[in-house]
Amino acid sequence: MSAVLADMPETVAPATTKAIAPSKGGRPWTFYLLATLFGLYVIALYGPMFCIYILSFQDIRGGLVFPMKGHSLHWFVDLFTQVRTGDVKGSFDRSIKLAIIVTVITVVVSFLAGLGFRKRFHGDTVVFYMMIGSLVAPGLVLGLGTGLLFQALGLNASWYTSALGAQLSWTLPFGVLVMFAVMSRFNHVWEEAAYDLGASRWQSIRLVMIPVLAPGLVAVALFGFTLSYDEFARSLQTAGSLNTLPLEIWSMTLNVTSPSLYALGTVTTIVSFVVIGASLGTIVLIQKKRGSSAKG
Amino acid sequence: MQPSPSPSSSPNSSPARANLAGWLYVSPLVLVLVPFFVAPILVVLAASFFATDGFGGLTPGFTLTSYVEVLHSALTLKLYLATIKFTVLTWVFTLIIGFFVAYFLVFHVRNQLLAIGLFLLCTVPFWTSNIIRMISWIPLLGKEGLINQALLAMGVIHQPLEVLLFSDLAVVIAYVHQLTIFMIVPIFNSMARIDKKLIEAAIDAGASRFDIMRLIVVPMSKSGIALGTIFVVSIVMGDFFVVKVMSGGGSASVVSAFYEDVGVLQYPTAAASAVLLTLVLVAIVSLILRTVDIRQEIAR
Repeated sequence: MSAVLADMPETVAPATTKAIAPSKGGRPWTFYLLATLFGLYVIALYGPMFCIYILSFQDIRGGLVFPMKGHSLHWFVDLFTQVRTGDVKGSFDRSIKLAIIVTVITVVVSFLAGLGFRKRFHGDTVVFYMMIGSLVAPGLVLGLGTGLLFQALGLNASWYTSALGAQLSWTLPFGVLVMFAVMSRFNHVWEEAAYDLGASRWQSIRLVMIPVLAPGLVAVALFGFTLSYDEFARSLQTAGSLNTLPLEIWSMTLNVTSPSLYALGTVTTIVSFVVIGASLGTIVLIQKKRGSSAKG
Repeated sequence: MQPSPSPSSSPNSSPARANLAGWLYVSPLVLVLVPFFVAPILVVLAASFFATDGFGGLTPGFTLTSYVEVLHSALTLKLYLATIKFTVLTWVFTLIIGFFVAYFLVFHVRNQLLAIGLFLLCTVPFWTSNIIRMISWIPLLGKEGLINQALLAMGVIHQPLEVLLFSDLAVVIAYVHQLTIFMIVPIFNSMARIDKKLIEAAIDAGASRFDIMRLIVVPMSKSGIALGTIFVVSIVMGDFFVVKVMSGGGSASVVSAFYEDVGVLQYPTAAASAVLLTLVLVAIVSLILRTVDIRQEIAR
């Protein structure tokens, strides 16, 4: 999705490449077949999620399956007031804070790494494969290693130290890969023009690159926030005594059998949707502004 | 990554300065990856050679006991077979669905803005919680779930199917549900780069649609398929929570057994099994990487 987000500038403005299908006439039968497949895929993708959002609005008699038993906000109240469902409020708080810290670090570090990887340098392949390794390594194993490392060093594992690092080992590879796609579409001429006009390196980054790459940086931030906010496997052994939200959900799946589990799912997904919507909206807004200022 | 045409006006033109600048830019990345990726892997590697007192205490030393234990256990083979079964099934389904969804978006949706919109529609769930998406199958697949209710109402079955939830089937459904996006994105990217003129030329030359698929689209999507395969295989092989929750404890995989080992503080055995799994993963990934230069692919 990274490349597509980066692609938006070219694709949104002029529709020069209109002829996607080879024939311009009637649709071939494969179109209807594949459209059906696509429709079924989207239904399977969203259907189950919407089931639990609906079921979370049942009243006190509610169970885990359909049919709906009444409707109320009972399970949302239950979620934030009952002790047996654990410390939802605290973990919610921690997860948001952690996700914000991870987002800021991911954007800055990915941007710098993106600049660095533009030119070949001695040892760049080592760094690149270290990153790929960090991406594909089993999260639980990495988490255990980090936990044991902190133990061996006599440090306490906590959500803002060990879990922060463990999550960065997951968000940074995604961030840098998105930067790769974004950077490959950056026209070097602009940067050189800035140098020719006497800009320093810092000025060319601040006044030329960051504004031009802004939509890509928003995409990196989106990855940073959502991947951290939902991260589970790497945090399990590294979060210490205080849970993050996904860890709270995990313990609920093991011992809570009431719709408050669904209510938590609804709440956390609303947060995700708000973040996704805000990010995509920002990207579209930047593109629109550019489109209109280019025309005018 | 295209090496830039290094103009003379650019401040760093000497190779030594370029090296220094490159390393300066990636140093923050390295400063995170060394303590939180390289070091933990080395710690796990070291722990696999340590002895344990059985209560979570580790005795530094060098013993192959844990490896002997892991390799001699009949359970290990069973776990690997189960993991490979899940991996292959998930790979086949995500590949088929992912390939045709990407094909539909690239070659059949004529409005490009609409294609991007539909593509984003597919990617939105990727940015939401995996655990929530997994448990959202409960109201559908459960014994009293929607699918059973519907089948009972239609008279297809007379008692609820129990294999739908808490079974291997449920595990595969949850994997395919979560991971198809990892196939769609890279395949979509490589398909979008296929020049449409090539296909028109093939049609003019008398190629059938099947020929176009076989001789143009599939070969030119290979790099996307390879990338997607790396993601899907490494995620399924490294997963434990889908197996644990969706099988209802009935099935296990290599990492879910690792999780149980950690739970009872059997660190060396867990570490040895993790090292073996990592070796298997590295072997599979490097085999796939031999067919495609991902660094070239990602940056193109």
